[in-house]
Amino acid sequence: MIDNFPFIAVIIFVGLGIYTLMFKKNLIKIAIGVCLIENGVNLFLITLGYKKGAVAPIYTQVPSGQSMVLPTPQALTLTSIVIGIATTALILSIAMMIYKHYSTLDTEQVRRLRG
Amino acid sequence: MKQMSKIVRTITNLVYGFIIIFGFYVIVHGHLTPGGGFQGGAIVASAFALLLVSYGSLITKKFLKKDFLSIMESSGLTMFIVLAFLGLGITFFYNFLANIGGWFGNTPVIGPNPGDINTGGVIPLMNIAVGLEVLSALGVIVLLMASGAEFTKKKENS
Amino acid sequence: MKKIIFGIAFILFFSFMVITAINMRPFGEPTFSEMDDYFIKNAQVETGANNVVTSIVFDYRGFDTLGEATVLFTAVVGIVALFRRVSR
Repeated sequence: MIDNFPFIAVIIFVGLGIYTLMFKKNLIKIAIGVCLIENGVNLFLITLGYKKGAVAPIYTQVPSGQSMVLPTPQALTLTSIVIGIATTALILSIAMMIYKHYSTLDTEQVRRLRG
Repeated sequence: MKQMSKIVRTITNLVYGFIIIFGFYVIVHGHLTPGGGFQGGAIVASAFALLLVSYGSLITKKFLKKDFLSIMESSGLTMFIVLAFLGLGITFFYNFLANIGGWFGNTPVIGPNPGDINTGGVIPLMNIAVGLEVLSALGVIVLLMASGAEFTKKKENS
Repeated sequence: MKKIIFGIAFILFFSFMVITAINMRPFGEPTFSEMDDYFIKNAQVETGANNVVTSIVFDYRGFDTLGEATVLFTAVVGIVALFRRVSR
């Protein structure tokens, strides 16, 4: 149980994100929920590649004879972080345009038609 | 966005250059130390965001041109794709400069070593290309969102 | 009514995730690592870079980086198109 503490942290992140997506109606809060789910997934990927007592996979002045952490999940997480930045920027820009047109951020009131 | 107080502007003038130098250090040493193109580009873009917060978007637009940044972003992406195509004699994304001497072609000491910047083949060049792309992309995003917030606030007051 | 259904679904999903996280394999012992052992052993010989993560990002898995750069470029194009000044 206590050995699996990083997985518990991952499900706390993802659970809070899904709670925000289900129950909140503000667009900024929905963007925060999407960010929380992204961070949970990134933490999960990094956690899967950890080896006990290992160092980072960089050969510059490393102590010799030490085992190394798996490098492939770290590379894919790097890709995932940049894609997360791009989608978050697009979500926030669309929220700003919605606020400019409707003068509100509530998803219930955005639904009505405006000429 | 109004510009902030004189203390913030003085500290910004002191720190701004150092942040940009540190970002380019992280980009160029990407194949030896932790870091690389994405991380260094994000650091340089955070320097742009600091300038934008402390001086306001109206004054910052005179220093940072949006058209120049978007041209630099396109050239970074084009440089990356051209570097990928240059290895096409064998495969796409082939590392054609590694271990042959000359530019970035020294053979490194196998195992733990203090690091030599002249190794890595095509990887440092790709780091520089991706770093240029990421820093200008994030700079364009920050600039455009700041000017959009200006417009929204003006409409709110009227 | 809608909130009650959503609450029950959320509690079911969250308890399922908790059970899965407790029953997962122990932290710190990866099961399969043949590919990563190959990368750690041979990346310095084949690409000449000290940083194994950078040599994976730009050499072994370059297509992922190409797609990621394209996604970033597309997001910037979308934001520029969203904030353009409409002259009328």
